[in-house]
Formats: sequence, structure tokens, C-alpha cells
Amino acid sequence: MTRYIIRRVLVGIPILFLVVTLVFFAFRLIPGDAARILAGDEAPIERVEQIRRDLGLDRPVLVQYANYLGDLFRGDLGTSFSSRRPVTVEIGSRFWNTFSLALASITLATILGIAMGVISALYRGKLADHVVTILALLGISVPVFWLGLLMMQLFSVQLGWLPAAGYGTWRHFVMPTIALSVFSIAFITRMTRSSLLETIQQDYVRTARAKGVVERLVLLLLSLRNALLPVTIVVGLRFGYMVGGAVITEEVFAWPGLGRLLILSVAQRDIPLVQGLLLVFATSFVIVNLLVDLLYAFLDPRIRHR
Amino acid sequence: MMSTIARILKSIGAFAVDHKLAALGGLIVITFVLTGVFADQLAPADPNRVATRFSLAPPGTPGFPLGADNNGRDILSRIIHGARISLYVSSVAVGIAALIGVTLGILAAWYRWTRGPIMRLMDVLLAFPGIVIALTIIAILGRGVENVIIAIAIYQIPQFARLAHGLALSVQEQTYVEAAVAGGESDAAILGRYVLPNIVAPIIVQISLLIPGAIMTAAGLSFIGLGVPPPMPEWGAMLQLSMTWGRIAPHMTIFPGLALMLVVFGFNVLGDGLRDALDPRLRGRS
Repeated sequence: MTRYIIRRVLVGIPILFLVVTLVFFAFRLIPGDAARILAGDEAPIERVEQIRRDLGLDRPVLVQYANYLGDLFRGDLGTSFSSRRPVTVEIGSRFWNTFSLALASITLATILGIAMGVISALYRGKLADHVVTILALLGISVPVFWLGLLMMQLFSVQLGWLPAAGYGTWRHFVMPTIALSVFSIAFITRMTRSSLLETIQQDYVRTARAKGVVERLVLLLLSLRNALLPVTIVVGLRFGYMVGGAVITEEVFAWPGLGRLLILSVAQRDIPLVQGLLLVFATSFVIVNLLVDLLYAFLDPRIRHR
Repeated sequence: MMSTIARILKSIGAFAVDHKLAALGGLIVITFVLTGVFADQLAPADPNRVATRFSLAPPGTPGFPLGADNNGRDILSRIIHGARISLYVSSVAVGIAALIGVTLGILAAWYRWTRGPIMRLMDVLLAFPGIVIALTIIAILGRGVENVIIAIAIYQIPQFARLAHGLALSVQEQTYVEAAVAGGESDAAILGRYVLPNIVAPIIVQISLLIPGAIMTAAGLSFIGLGVPPPMPEWGAMLQLSMTWGRIAPHMTIFPGLALMLVVFGFNVLGDGLRDALDPRLRGRS
């Protein structure tokens, strides 16, 4: 197991290095002059040149890249163009807001998704199955921002039950959590259903049935553990994406998280901040993936002995 | 000729009977495509005609079947023209992604030395949610219809590359490919004539499954103000406007979102059905 863990960690590092490199060079392709964009159209040329020097934009690209890597190694992600504060501070002050929302959403999605998937598989072909299948189809089709707006109009404007936007109490969490998890609920439901139905076909379940064990018990106890293995991966993937993918949900509910920060920094072309956010998103995705792989290996001995 | 058409119609009919939901999806998709293509003829009014005295007119107002927005523009006409933009952006973006992705996937499978660099690059792209990649591209290139298309195409490339790579790896083990190699045919001929045609079916399925994502991302980008520039009638942009006005004019929220969801739903169920029908190997994966 230890060897497996080390091997998996070593696979993640070059991917992160590639991410850093790609993110750095992608922004050197910006058409136009970053210093000019930052200074604004009316700024005098002296001011533009000063910004260029401050940010090191006048040095050769490879020197900039080396400096960037060096700074990164010391935990320095640069300074935000617009707020003039360190990128690490900007990101650090919002990370928990996004992380807690993602955590709440993935918890809801996992519980509801698995429950609905099991119900659907248990009552295959019956009314309950059809209802769940249609709900899941609607769930993967509904636009997050539309659902958010509708919920807002119903629960905040009409009924006055929940705050329309912002961050604070648990009541602020309700609508953003639902909005962010709907797609994942539907996705996990479909995955659980098909995985369960596939597992049921397998021999050990057939043997148990032949022995006369009550069918539904067989289904649940014998299949669920194995059927949930692929679901683990999907849950992990969805969670990894949620940390960076809450962009639109955060915008709808004015949630002070990393997604809104990304929109703001893209709109202002705040390059150090965009770069920093991309690195944080990719890093959390790689870490979550690593944890999922380890969990998977822990649950399924066939993997770690390969 | 007639019999070919009859045979095609017959197999489409059989598909529709076997997959009722997918047939419904197909109907929605066809309606969407026709609406987009014939938007000029179908729309009752100019989607950008401002008539301030009809500002926020409710649905059913004469001349405004689905109501008007805050500028008095006809919502129905804007939705119809929105279908055109959606159709254009998503089909071009997914088309580009498929072209580049499939090429990369096939090359990575055939030329072993390219496999590492190509597939690692795809891994890196897959480490980001699509919307984040799209936003990054917009940050680099700026706003505009073409840039939205490029942004969506880039994040979808790995989806095609991975699929094509896996499929090509198994196809190139087949005897007919070995025979072609032994027969001295050029690489281009082998890849074009033997590998590509044999992986086309799952790729078409993939296209139908990725178009709804492209439509949703394009609308999402407009919604956050970084997509198709106003005053173009775009569904996401219409919903953004409704953030301000939706409280007093719910029709500004309801109808554009309904159109968006209906089209995405149509593509999703059609894609599911096609996957089951054309490519049993992918069945159950979602």
C-alpha cells in the first residue's frame, strides 16, 4: 500500500508542473500589452513603463518563467493588479467560502444520488424507476443559473424564507448548495443505478439468490459495496470540479468565493490573480483525485496489488 | 435511390419505436435547429427593436406573446434568434473540438512517441472544470463570439482525444489494419481509410452528448457577462438581464431558461438513445 501511495503521489507532481508551465505561458500569448491594459488607456507612457518594470514584463520570457517558478516555490503567487494585495491573501480569504459550499453540495449530492439510484434499481421498470430517471434527466439538463434565479424568486422574493444572496448563516447555504449539487445528484443517481444493475448480473449475486435469500436484501447487501466503487470515483471527480466549477452558482447568489473572484479577475484581466486561481483549482483537483485513488485502492484490493 | 431513402426512414422509425424518449429528444433537436436556421422568417418582430412604452409588458400583450423585456424588446423573437446563436456557437465549437481532438487521439495511438506529450497535455486540461478553461481563454483573447467558440472548443478537445485514442488503440490491433500495413499502404491512408471510419459511430454519439454542454457553457458565459456581447439576443444574456428585472417581470426569467433547458434536455435524451443504439460498449456509462 505504501508503495502504491508513493507511486500515485509521484504521478501527480509532473501534472502540476505542466499546469504551472501551461498557465504561465498561456498568459504570455495575450494580444496587446499587459502593462498598457493595467495602466488604462489614458495613462502616460512613463506610468506604463513603470508598471512593466515593477512586474518584470520587460525581461526575457524565460527569465520571467524562472522567477515565477522561484516565487512559487517560496509560496509567493505575486500581487493582484487591481487590489495590489498578495494573490495568496486574496485567495486565502475566500478559499473556505468556496470549500465549505463544495463540501455541503457534495454531501447532499452523494446522499441523495445514491439513495435515488438504489431506489431506481430496486424498482427497475416500475413507476418509481421512471420518476427517478426523468428527474435525473431534468437534473442534468437544468441550467444552474436559471434554477438559482427561480429559487430566488420563489423562496426569497415571494415567500421571504431565505436570503437571496450573500454569505453568513446556514440559511445562506440552502439555495447555493441545492443549485451547485443538482447536476451531481442527477449524475450520481444515474451512475449508481447503472452500476447496481450491472453488479446484479454477476455470479455471486446469482448464487445467493439461488440459495433463496430474500431478493431485495441480496441486492442491497451484496451489490451495494461493489456497485459503489465506481460511484466513489464519480463523487471525487465531481467534488474536485466543484471547487473550481462553482463559478456560476457563486455569481448568481453573490457568494464571496473563488469562482466570483475568477470572474472578477478575468473581467479586469488581473493576470496574477487568474494564474493563482488556476493553480489553486488544478491543485485541489489533483489532490482530490489522489485521495479518491487511494480510497479506491483501499476499498478494492485488486487495484493496489496490480 | 428511393429504396435507400426508404431504408433510412425505416431504421429511423425503428429507432424511434425502441427509444421513445430519444425520439422526443430528436424532435426537440430538429425543432431547435429549424428555429435557428429560419429565425428571420419565424420571429414575429426584430429582436433588437426597442419600444420603451412596452417595457416589461406581460405575456399575452398584443404583439408580445411572451411579453417584453425592460427595453420593450419582444421576448419570443429574442428567444427565436437566441436559438440561432446557440446553434451556431455550439455546433462550430464542438465541430472544431471533435476535429482537433480526434486527430490528436488517433495520432497519439498510432505514433507511440507522440502519446506521452499529447495525452499528458490532455490530462492537464482535464484538471480544470470546463467553465474555468473557457474563462481563462476569454481572459487571454477577450470577449466576442469567435472567442467564446474557441474557449468552448479548447475545453472539449480532451474529451474527444481520450475517446478517439482509446478506440484507435483497439482498432489498430485489428487484422485489416495489419493487412494494410503489410500491403505497404501509407500511414495517412491507413488512418483515414481503416482507423477513422471504424471509430466514427462512438464519436458521433460523443458529439451529441457534448453539444448540450457547449450550449450551457455559452449561455453561462453570457450570463456572467463574459460571453457573446450585448445586445445580441442570447439566452444566457437574457437571463442575466432578468437578475435585475425578474422580480417584477418573471416572464423575463422563465421563458429563456425554459428554452435553454428544453434544448439541453432534447440533446441529452437523444444522445443517450444514440449511445444505446450505436455503441453498446458505452451503455450504462454516463
